[in-house]
Amino acid sequence: MAKHRTIGKIKGFSIHFLPYSEIKDLSGNERIRKILNVVLGNSILVLQGKLRDEEEARLIGDTMAMIDHLKGFKGIELAVISGNENQGFFSKMKSGFANALAGGDLGAITIIGPATIVKEIKRNPKKIELLLTG
Amino acid sequence: MVSLARFLKKIVSGMFKSKKEVKLGFYGPPNAGKTSLANRICKDFTGEEIGSVSKIPHETREVQFKEKVEIKYKGKSLTFKIVDTPGIATKIDYEEFLHYRMKKGDAKKRAKEATQGVIEAIKWLDDMDVVVVVLDATENPYNQVNITIIGNLAARKIPVLIVANKMDLRKADIKKIEAAFPEYKTLGISAKSGKNLEDFYEEIFKLVKKL
Repeated sequence: MAKHRTIGKIKGFSIHFLPYSEIKDLSGNERIRKILNVVLGNSILVLQGKLRDEEEARLIGDTMAMIDHLKGFKGIELAVISGNENQGFFSKMKSGFANALAGGDLGAITIIGPATIVKEIKRNPKKIELLLTG
Repeated sequence: MVSLARFLKKIVSGMFKSKKEVKLGFYGPPNAGKTSLANRICKDFTGEEIGSVSKIPHETREVQFKEKVEIKYKGKSLTFKIVDTPGIATKIDYEEFLHYRMKKGDAKKRAKEATQGVIEAIKWLDDMDVVVVVLDATENPYNQVNITIIGNLAARKIPVLIVANKMDLRKADIKKIEAAFPEYKTLGISAKSGKNLEDFYEEIFKLVKKL
């Protein structure tokens, strides 16, 4: 028999969709600031595209610095799902060229949520599952 | 910018290659066994360990080193600076440490030190010559922290070996890690039992050749 699951007392969060065009022309610092502002406002951010690798690392570093400075902030849950995974060499080259023209990997989706709301993001190559705190 | 800095570093280090130690970094999420593996290597070749290990996450909260570690393998020898880094995470909650019967004050202190450790580990990425990414083979490898670490190493053109640790445990599944990172060599080991350590040294020597 399937286990009956209920949603507990989740309150005060929203889902914020951000098209890539909103961050395309921003510097790395500005992108991270924009993302963290959304997350600190108790929103789960769904971003079209993905950050650059070094921006992702900086986002983690800035998140750690914020845990120290903001009471109640415990960090983030972060996941990226990209359409380019497990592609062959030529498909990767083709999508790399298309991404360069578009200015970013628009086929990817990035999900970032505050750890106080998002307990875990379970991920496999084709699916992202958000487990919220009850 | 990162690539240019790395290119210049490569030229300078190439000039002094014969004297230089190879900086071998251990990266990965918390509790994957980075320090256990670094300890085993250091113990084998220097007789001393690099740091303490614990079941409580974030035991390593500062970057720790062991210099002039001469690893000998099949008649060859290379000198390394072993760099063991704190586990990288996107969230740190002191309440998690309370489950290990830690006092609230100690847990808060540990959490604060752990956040600093993550920042330090990220800063050190630029200084590595070769990196071993240590993953727990019993855990889901599709974790963004793993992907971010490996992506950053690739962007810096740092040679990487992925180690699937804890292969002595029944739940361990190296195939999942191989499927998650098909572009990299993944080696199954057990830092605890020493399983496959010889293969590990062989892979490290191969990576150093790429420098």
